[in-house]
Amino acid sequence: MSRPFWKRGWQRGRRNRELDEEIQAHLELAERDALDSGRTRTDARTAARREFGNRNLVEEATRDSWGRRWLSDLVQDLRIGARMLRRSPGFASLAVLCLTLGIGANAAVFSWIEGVLFRPFPLVAHQERLVAVVGTARGLAGFNEVSWPDFQDLEKRATLADAFIAEKITGAALSIGDRAEKGVGSVVSANYFDALGLHMALGRGFESSENVGRNAHPVTVISYQFWQERYHGDPSIIGKTQMLNRVPHIIVGVAPQGFYGTFVGYSWQFWVPVSMQETFDYGGSYKLEDRGARWIEGFVLMKPGVTRQQMQQELSAIAARLETEYPDLNRGCGVRLFPLWETPFNGAGTLGPTLGIALSVVVFVLLIACANVGNLLLVRSSTRRHEMTVRLALGAGRARLFKQVLTEGLILSGLAAAGGLLVAYWSRNLLVRLLPPRGIPYRLAGELDWRVFAVTAGVCLVSTLLFALVPAMQSSKADISGALRSESSGVVGGGRKAWIRSTLVVVQVSLSFLLLVGAGLVLQSLQRLRSASPGFSTDRVVITQLTFSKAGYDAARARTLEDELLARVQALPGVESASFSRSAPFSLLSYSSAAIAVDGYQAPRDQQPSADYLEVSPAYFSTMGIPLVSGRDFSRSDDENAPPVAIVNETMVQQYWRGADPVGQRLQVNGKWMQVVGVARLSKYRNFMETPQPFFYVPLRQNLGMLACLEVRTLQPPQAISALLLREVRALDHDLPVYEAIRMREQVDRSMAAPQVAVTLLSVFGSLALLLAAVGLYAVMSCAVSQGTRELGLRMALGAGASDLLRLVVSQGLALTAGGVLLGAAAAFGLTRLLGYLLYQVSPRDPFAFAASSAIMAVVALTASILPAWRATRIDPVRALQS
Amino acid sequence: MPPRKSPYQDRIQILQGTLDMLILQTLQWAPRHGYALSKAIRTNSGEIIRVDTGSLYPALHRLERKRWIAAEWKSSDQGPRLRVYRLTKVGRRQLLPQRSRWARLTAAIAGILDPANARSAS
Repeated sequence: MSRPFWKRGWQRGRRNRELDEEIQAHLELAERDALDSGRTRTDARTAARREFGNRNLVEEATRDSWGRRWLSDLVQDLRIGARMLRRSPGFASLAVLCLTLGIGANAAVFSWIEGVLFRPFPLVAHQERLVAVVGTARGLAGFNEVSWPDFQDLEKRATLADAFIAEKITGAALSIGDRAEKGVGSVVSANYFDALGLHMALGRGFESSENVGRNAHPVTVISYQFWQERYHGDPSIIGKTQMLNRVPHIIVGVAPQGFYGTFVGYSWQFWVPVSMQETFDYGGSYKLEDRGARWIEGFVLMKPGVTRQQMQQELSAIAARLETEYPDLNRGCGVRLFPLWETPFNGAGTLGPTLGIALSVVVFVLLIACANVGNLLLVRSSTRRHEMTVRLALGAGRARLFKQVLTEGLILSGLAAAGGLLVAYWSRNLLVRLLPPRGIPYRLAGELDWRVFAVTAGVCLVSTLLFALVPAMQSSKADISGALRSESSGVVGGGRKAWIRSTLVVVQVSLSFLLLVGAGLVLQSLQRLRSASPGFSTDRVVITQLTFSKAGYDAARARTLEDELLARVQALPGVESASFSRSAPFSLLSYSSAAIAVDGYQAPRDQQPSADYLEVSPAYFSTMGIPLVSGRDFSRSDDENAPPVAIVNETMVQQYWRGADPVGQRLQVNGKWMQVVGVARLSKYRNFMETPQPFFYVPLRQNLGMLACLEVRTLQPPQAISALLLREVRALDHDLPVYEAIRMREQVDRSMAAPQVAVTLLSVFGSLALLLAAVGLYAVMSCAVSQGTRELGLRMALGAGASDLLRLVVSQGLALTAGGVLLGAAAAFGLTRLLGYLLYQVSPRDPFAFAASSAIMAVVALTASILPAWRATRIDPVRALQS
Repeated sequence: MPPRKSPYQDRIQILQGTLDMLILQTLQWAPRHGYALSKAIRTNSGEIIRVDTGSLYPALHRLERKRWIAAEWKSSDQGPRLRVYRLTKVGRRQLLPQRSRWARLTAAIAGILDPANARSAS
């Protein structure tokens, strides 16, 4: 038992020889006894043998009693299997190809799911204990951020957590030499690198003292990639200065190679401690001591063995206590935990459902591939029937034959699994290629770790069972005497087998039909999205980002610069108007959110009405092409010294003023009263799928806030505007970074990443499925024709013409297809609802998608059965009947 | 593993307990090789019980694996090497419970075949 298996294998050889010797001795002794009793030598030998029985079976039964027989059997089966497959390379390569596509697609999607959803952060220890944390507000459907004081209180009071990691995503102007460009990074709590268990490539992470003190710790950790690319791996980088948003930061560390930050979708270039929040926050104010300012997203590292539910319970209890302690600021505020793969504030939340759909799609593809290979094996098992019966007659156990066929299947799917892992390896970065470029380094890599290997191995085993079980059962059922006798007539599978194969084809057709319908629906939805109006101009507006850091400019100078730049841009040739805003529709930058109150509106008890808002400059609405349905636009006189004003959207009017024109009424925002001066038409703010939501606008001037976006209304191409803009900005301030300028259309298109990925995946896999189903249908029809040669010949002899036969065969193929389509349509009726979140103004039961898919299926079926049908017409009736 | 349907195995299952006991009992007096063992069982049973080789050898190897018997290669004078089995201490200890179980079994079967006798016996 304790011997290693390879030695046991060697021992096995010795034991086999010994068993042979033992039995040989038995026979010799018996023979000698028979001789002694006076028989002749040959007589004695025969008698001894007869007495003994079937030597092979005795040996086999004895070997069985040794236990652990499977290993030697397996080796033998593998050897036989490999030999059989080598003998029919056409069959083997076709089967392996089918399975490679099926298993490879699964392995690729698994590796994406592993790399994007389950273990999204390479190098980070204990990702299974990491959960995402966001704030909630009663009455607010989505999620909210958490304030720093709340976050610290949660951390202090929670007993079930090892660490609370705060993170705020930020963009910054990275200056190197006299060049400035956009960089992405995070403002993080000082425990960030330690809690994630990272070992810095150089220098250190942050120290806990760097959590406190307003702007007191201008230090930064840069990413390994950034260090390599911009500093060429300078070994003495620690202690050097990096300009971030025009503030000199000391580089204290370089993050380890292969760590890209904790934002699914992108790779980060730098991190700064929370004490530097003000420098990186476009919201402007100093928020570390402000419990009302909610800006943090983060992660909780739970203690080992703690479940998310337990953690959630504890945090909710703490949040409830904070609510009573700070009733003014925390009314209705809670926290909510998400598993990493549902993280709402990064790419996981949006990609999760899409990858889920991709997973079900590839499972379908695998099923279709298995049905195909099962069909091929059935055809083969008919031709191999003779081999099987001979082996049965020679004393092979039926179970052995059964195992033999399964082992052959295992060889096929094992080869395919190896190929599939290669496919997964090649396509690990494919997701990024499916996404529109965004000006930030993407990072969505598949991860090929042991778990992906294990799942692939599991898929390989399950698919072997799926495609080889029926053929294996058929083989081991072979009837010795019958088959041996009728060997000469070369009988192939009977009615039952044909029935199984037809069923497999129907299943294939129905699955591919399902995928076709899905692809059709998503494609239609994408087309609708492309032509849909978000409620603002997309073709005539060019947008770019600018960063005036608060720390780099004093407020007055920033204002002057803004005014001057706006005046210069508006004077550019071909520019109709221009405006600034703190964020922009469909942008990655988040909107501000505020607690609101309206005269005469009574919120439900315990609920804090809130709404998102955007800080804009005058002329924002005309530049963006958002109509004002009532009241006026902001003007230059709505500045710091004027009474605060706001413009609300139509949904807000419906919700808080019951549809009455609110111009002249009051709106309270974070405790500050403002006068409503206008009503803006409802538009889309984050994406097309969002439901109409209350939203309002306030003047940039009256609200602390760094401008970030510059909108230019023009017909000029973005490149031209970019060049002009660069010139104007450089004239004002040499160091101010200018980002790429894009048309608003492109910004909107970027939000369609998820549907686009879904469309690509569904179309690719849908065509693959269609191809496989066509091959399956073709195989079944050819087989039916060759099996029905006699019948077809008889029909011809009785006067059936070529066109009759053609019709007969094709209609059989079409009948199978029709069955598959009906089955697939029934399944699609129930399943396409799951695509709901991807569908924009398309019903999951859209008749057009169903009709088009049926048509495609019919054409494919016709094509696949024409060739066999043509072959049927070439049958020579005389020879067919003679055989 | 699926159940095997080979006829040889059917017989092993039926005979297993009994055959094991017969082997242990026969080896109690002297070590024997397989052929001698089968001959001894046949002779001792008055030519009634013929142990099938397809049952005998698997049983021997199984008992060896259980360490109830031990095997040793012995070279004979003018003939093949012989694999000789002998009873181990563990095997000897097994013999008694095996025999008493057999006694109970035969008594039970006798009771079924001839209820009156069984009642008077008890």
